[in-house]
Amino acid sequence: MKITDKEIKISQASNRLRNKRSGAYVSFEGWIRNHNEGRHVRRLEYEVYEPIAIKEGENIIDEAKKKFDIHHASCIHRSGLLDIGECAVWVGVSSSHRKDAFEACKFIIDEVKSRLPIWKKEYYENGDSGWVNCETCSSS
Amino acid sequence: MSKLIEVSYFAVFREKAGRDSETFNTKSETVLDLFGEIKKIHGFGEPQGHCKVAINNDLVQWDAKIEDGDKVLFFPPVSGG
Repeated sequence: MKITDKEIKISQASNRLRNKRSGAYVSFEGWIRNHNEGRHVRRLEYEVYEPIAIKEGENIIDEAKKKFDIHHASCIHRSGLLDIGECAVWVGVSSSHRKDAFEACKFIIDEVKSRLPIWKKEYYENGDSGWVNCETCSSS
Repeated sequence: MSKLIEVSYFAVFREKAGRDSETFNTKSETVLDLFGEIKKIHGFGEPQGHCKVAINNDLVQWDAKIEDGDKVLFFPPVSGG
């Protein structure tokens, strides 16, 4: 688990998952989009509390390794200001077969989104800004 | 018994409180009691069930006991990814 305020080097990160036992590699990239809930988004800022984000991210990866038959898994999340189109989060998983790699990748990104102390603030075209509500909060 | 607790805020909590952290002299027994005290002071309206709390950099449940000198971190609903 890594937090960085620099561009995520995806090819470097995915190469670290290569190994001779793996026949599958599945990844997820979360990109910054230019709209949310009907508003035009200009840029986005991530606030991360790193000591717990890293610890909890490592816990999630360990859980994925126990739950699924995978060889390696990794996650990188951005902090700070990001522009539209940039990659905000990357998850990569390698395994012998694709099924576990797909399932583990989904598990990791779902857990990262709901458990890590990370918050995003959107900056809109009209000059306003606001913290984004968590996905599960809207269902309550 | 009264305890001295350092409390830290993040994201929307920090903006509502107008500060990163502050020290409380409290008789609260648990982090939930302490959160109840603080949300009234700073007007935190976020549902507690979607918030998280840590003591001394370890995530804990809401019934966790606080002790004199603890550093308590209150996290509003997260929105990573």
